Amino acid sequence: MMRRDDDVIIGLVSRTVSPFIMIFALYVIFHGHYSPGGGFQGGTMLAAALILVRLAVGNDLAQLQFPRSWGTPLGSAGVLIYWGTGFVAMICGGNFLNYAFLPLRGTPPHLRNLGILFIEIGVGLAVCGILTAIYDDLLEGHPRD
Amino acid sequence: MKILRYVVLVLFGAVLVLAGLNLPNRGDPDARLYRDPSPAGTPNAPSYYIRNPERDADTPNMVTVILADYRGFDTMGEETVILTAGLICFLILRRERSKEKRP
Repeated sequence: MMRRDDDVIIGLVSRTVSPFIMIFALYVIFHGHYSPGGGFQGGTMLAAALILVRLAVGNDLAQLQFPRSWGTPLGSAGVLIYWGTGFVAMICGGNFLNYAFLPLRGTPPHLRNLGILFIEIGVGLAVCGILTAIYDDLLEGHPRD
Repeated sequence: MKILRYVVLVLFGAVLVLAGLNLPNRGDPDARLYRDPSPAGTPNAPSYYIRNPERDADTPNMVTVILADYRGFDTMGEETVILTAGLICFLILRRERSKEKRP
């Protein structure tokens, strides 16, 4: 029987397409202030790019792109960025998640703009890491890969 | 019986179209639904959210401002729910490699 990860065309196409999906996902995250999109959508597309390679070339080979052990720490880091932004604003004198008190230079609207960007990045990282981790965890009991 | 099903389907679609015709335009601050004292006479939050995101957060996309700034606490809860789901999958499904018997 032919192994699934021996198929050259599928492997090559998905390995070629994956970085472009990631670029578009980053665009969706960072352009969320001006167009539809944001952290959840962009993070889902990042995870889709990672899982596409996992499906196409097999889970063992895909560890070179994104190791199995990175998913949960990346998700936790994303949630930490979110909570951290809130707590930094609180320590610097405002309410929890009031970005106008972030310790950066700028007018309050500009600081809120920046705070929204930080939060979108946190959400994107969390969604990407957790979705990939769930896929890997579900695959853990599978006999071959 | 099959004709009855189609009749019900068409009627249901007609009801949906009829309901959709009278919806206010999206983001129209002058629609009756979004006027500032609401028809019940109470302060109306959607009116504020439609009029002020550009002034408050320097961001044209009001959905982003509502999600991440005005309602940031809610989004934080959603993200924590996602993390919890991932951790539960981690705890239930992952096996310890050291105890695994090698064939």
